[in-house]
Amino acid sequence: MATHAGESLKDPAVRVEGLHRSFSEAGGVLNGLDLTIDAGEFVALIGRSGSGKSTLLRALAGLDRSVAGSGVVDVPERVSVVFQDSRLLPWRRVLDNVILGLSGPDARARGLEALSEVGLEGRDKAWPHELSGGEQQRAALARSLVRDPQLLLADEPFGALDALTRIKMHKLLQKLYAAHNPAILLVTHDVDEAIALADRVIVLVDGVVGSDIRVDLGTKRSPGDPRFASLRAQLLAELGVVEEEVA
Amino acid sequence: MATTAVEAPIAGVVSEGKATDKRVVRRRRGPGPRVAGTLWIGPILLLGLWFLASATGVLDPRTLSEPWVVVETAQRLIADGRLPEALATSAYRAALGLVIGIGVGLALALVSGLSRVGEALIDGPVQVKRAIPSLALMPLLILWLGIGEPMKVITIALGVLIPIYIHTHNGLRGIDSRYAELAETVSLGRGAFIRHVVLPGATPGFLLGLRFAVLNALLSLVVVEQVNATSGIGHMITLASSYGQTEIIVVGLVVYALLGLVADGIVRFTERKALAWRRTLESH
Repeated sequence: MATHAGESLKDPAVRVEGLHRSFSEAGGVLNGLDLTIDAGEFVALIGRSGSGKSTLLRALAGLDRSVAGSGVVDVPERVSVVFQDSRLLPWRRVLDNVILGLSGPDARARGLEALSEVGLEGRDKAWPHELSGGEQQRAALARSLVRDPQLLLADEPFGALDALTRIKMHKLLQKLYAAHNPAILLVTHDVDEAIALADRVIVLVDGVVGSDIRVDLGTKRSPGDPRFASLRAQLLAELGVVEEEVA
Repeated sequence: MATTAVEAPIAGVVSEGKATDKRVVRRRRGPGPRVAGTLWIGPILLLGLWFLASATGVLDPRTLSEPWVVVETAQRLIADGRLPEALATSAYRAALGLVIGIGVGLALALVSGLSRVGEALIDGPVQVKRAIPSLALMPLLILWLGIGEPMKVITIALGVLIPIYIHTHNGLRGIDSRYAELAETVSLGRGAFIRHVVLPGATPGFLLGLRFAVLNALLSLVVVEQVNATSGIGHMITLASSYGQTEIIVVGLVVYALLGLVADGIVRFTERKALAWRRTLESH
């Protein structure tokens, strides 16, 4: 992990203590969850459906005000969210979507810079529907980055993309992470994606952290690496998938 | 595939031109491709029939004037300034009613669509008003406002207000809540939220309402102009009716039709410009 300013390492970007969230009387989705993410740390969050991944992410994004619950949630000032759908406003051109809500004379210039960073230079005047699915998600990434986030929350951002596009998007996300170094919480259902990208993989089980595994595979990670394979087997076991089933 | 379908549009026929191509070309569902200019065939035939019936004397001029007399009358009415004056009066009435109706309808829809209090206060009365045809309110409006211009303009505005309100309100409520969520994550303020999300999101609904509103305005115009009007196209027609001048009546009807066509054309043009971001069946 890139370590720059020593002090930013000391302050955690995210601190969650005893987080409870429930949508009904029957039982909680999050049951006293504790989680700390360091500044500039890339954390992947996996778990079976219904394990509370999205609920946690929405709690961190402050999008769950109508949900019953308790606990401490401490997030930085600048938080950006990337959703599974690109969520571009269809009636605004790509650049206007990227700089949505920004003000100041340099907003457009910063927006254009962010667009070229995600490989969309020259598409600033396009309508969202004129972009492919992958390009729309690139624009959504540009919209997040232009706000210079200290924490980037991504809710299965590549889940709707085809396999080839997803690989390209992984490379792009790694490049952007190296350049801007925000803390990232990536919610995914793809174990390989989690291992390939993150410093730490957290498995959510029944609304608490089931396991918290550091990924020490260096920067060049290949699914052919035996350590990669054993980590994948371990994580899949945590998720309740026996190895023969996937082989 | 599309080109083969055009070449051999008959159902179940094996295309004969290419010996190697044995595919059965099936007729596409629906009426098939549009041929340019075909829309005019019906109206032109009808005009021809009118011309023929008048020329042979089958059609009595007291029932319907000859087409050439109508053209002459139109020229005369334009030359002596009666038609332009009547048209200006009528167009002004319709436009004023439209502007007032659109403004009020839009304001009510926004207040009712963006706050629960507003909805509780506004939506009910508008729905009740919707159930009463605007023209049915005319006797009351005449009592209150007399038979002058205010009554005419307000009757038109009332007819315009309802479709504008209904469709804009519908459009507002139909905006995807995911965009509201996005607005929260990028910390959009109330004003910016309305400008970037609410208004553009409600625009398709508003424009649909506008098309109904224009139609309503014209309908109301025709009716109010027959109630004791002393100017306008309707007055011209009513006068001609008492003197049995069918040629002037026909000229008036043609002017009404042109008014409607021009207004609808303007709305369609606005729609194309304002909704360029949409990918619809029509545009692709």
